[in-house]
Amino acid sequence: MLATVIGFAYQIADTFAFLVLASVGLAIIFGMMGVINLAHGEFIMCGAYLTVLTARAGLPLPVAMLLGALVAGVIGMLLEYFVIRRLYARLFDSIVATWAVSLIATQGMLIVVGPSIEGLKTPFGSFELAGLSFSWYRVLLPIVALAILGGIYWIFIRTQFGVHARATIQDPAMARALGVDTDRVYALTFGLGSALAGLTGALYAPTMTTVPTMGSAFIVQSFVTVVVGGADVLLGAAPAAALLAFIQSLLTASYGQLIGQMGLLITVIVVVRMLPKGLSGWMLRRSE
Amino acid sequence: MNTLTRALKRLNGTQTLGRGRAFWSSFAVTAVVLTLAPAFAESYIVNNLAYFLLWPFMALGLSLIWGHAGILSFGQTAFFGLAGYSYGVISINLGDANGLTWVAFAAALILPTLLAAVVGYFMFYGGVRDVFVGIVTLSITLVMETFMAQTAGPEWAIGTARLNGFNGMSNMPPLTVPWFGGEALVLEGTPFYWFVLALALVVYLALRWLVNSRFGNVLVAIRENPDRAEMLGYNVRLYQLAVFAIGGALAGISGVLYTTWGSYITPSSMGLTAAALPIVWTAAGGRKDITTTFIATVFLLWLSQTLAVRGAQYALVLMGAILLGVVLVAPDGLVLPVVRAVGRLVARKPRSDTAADARAASQEVA
Repeated sequence: MLATVIGFAYQIADTFAFLVLASVGLAIIFGMMGVINLAHGEFIMCGAYLTVLTARAGLPLPVAMLLGALVAGVIGMLLEYFVIRRLYARLFDSIVATWAVSLIATQGMLIVVGPSIEGLKTPFGSFELAGLSFSWYRVLLPIVALAILGGIYWIFIRTQFGVHARATIQDPAMARALGVDTDRVYALTFGLGSALAGLTGALYAPTMTTVPTMGSAFIVQSFVTVVVGGADVLLGAAPAAALLAFIQSLLTASYGQLIGQMGLLITVIVVVRMLPKGLSGWMLRRSE
Repeated sequence: MNTLTRALKRLNGTQTLGRGRAFWSSFAVTAVVLTLAPAFAESYIVNNLAYFLLWPFMALGLSLIWGHAGILSFGQTAFFGLAGYSYGVISINLGDANGLTWVAFAAALILPTLLAAVVGYFMFYGGVRDVFVGIVTLSITLVMETFMAQTAGPEWAIGTARLNGFNGMSNMPPLTVPWFGGEALVLEGTPFYWFVLALALVVYLALRWLVNSRFGNVLVAIRENPDRAEMLGYNVRLYQLAVFAIGGALAGISGVLYTTWGSYITPSSMGLTAAALPIVWTAAGGRKDITTTFIATVFLLWLSQTLAVRGAQYALVLMGAILLGVVLVAPDGLVLPVVRAVGRLVARKPRSDTAADARAASQEVA
């Protein structure tokens, strides 16, 4: 009995971490600019590759991870500057453009580095509890996920960039009139979202095989979390991930992985039907 | 007679490019050349031509959904894959005697249409809009890929048909036409090519008729402004549902033809990369026109195949680059500018009388 409860709680925490980490980068860009970044998975892939390659070259793992996030962020800002910025007036086209980038990045990586590279070992080992074995690293991930959410909260509430960003979301024209450089805000937001995707890839690099197509392992979950969470990342991401993690873990534990995934999809359709603006939209309406 | 001329006029309505004599004569020449192709081309080339002609259905469906009705569907491959797998499962179970393959063929078109109708109902009547339609449709095709990829075990079988997980299904029988008394006609090689060609011509003309009908005009009205269309009394959701189901059926045609062509279907035909290709073709065709989408699809398929000799990755990188380039600098697609440029070149001929003719012709082509 105890083992079942602990195992289930671990499962929920693990899924929660995965959903939060898979979706924050996507959610920030979507909430800010309305753009669904279909190259999101490729930023994750980029972070994972840099982490694995630099860590194997001798860099300490945390430094390698930060480097992965940093490079993904820089690439994101370049993408914003050269592509997204030209398509502000055509939202659908900017989404299609990110898909083109995704295709180029995945297949380009296949050409450059080949189908797979040697991965990293999961650090920290494991421990036993109530007869079950758990990986320390995977227990840490939910805590890291919460810390990242806290960090985003701090950035958007406390820093000047955050104030400018929130002003730009509310009314870009008025923000510009008051002297906010909205182009810079968009570029930084896109960079921040990409860096977070890169960090996600970096964090999961020691736990999964690094392949050019690894981004697609994250993409459905990230879509689902963003849609359920709604446009306001600060408010929506955590409750959405918690709700979905509970549903997926419950279904996976009872009926297997596939039903778990389909449960996510059905939850999305139900949520969109009942709460078109997601959980955050519902919470904002309730508080008014 | 009156209804016939009216129906023919529909083919030449304002929602389609290529309305002049020059266009229709080159259309006729192309159709005749393609029909006679097996007489002078090797069987390898005929097989290839069949391959080039079986994909545009999916692209035409996307052109209808995205270009004409303004709905962003990223998951046409879900219907493609469902059709392929349906044909595989049903034809393997029924066998190919007595023309039973056509039962599988019909079922493989009905099932994706139904899936599209159900998904469309939940989306459009459920208030899913804009980018969320893209997310939901893409998620559906990716989940279907995940599902099919994990069906490797022997417990995943429907009747006698094993789903075979990641490796996909193979060895389904080709389409056969029972012949009076004699042996059944197997649709392989040249007969299959003629079948695909005939289907392509029929569907192309039918879609030209459809987009110029009242239905097609309402779709464009919805694309331009859904709220206005609703205020004018049109049932916007019903139109969206209908066009989405038609698009699903068209993707289904491609799926079932592809499955019979190569006698296999794999989960990766519903994956992220596969799902991007219809977007590339349709965008390169300029989305809003049936003819340019058709031409762009066939051209890009030929280009991919030529490049794939060096590895599929190179062709896919190029497809991504083409998509990016089209979105950034040529939102009207690649076909129309080329046709216009050729038209201008022809029009610049020195002799004035032919120049006027040519200019008229180029305007007709455009």
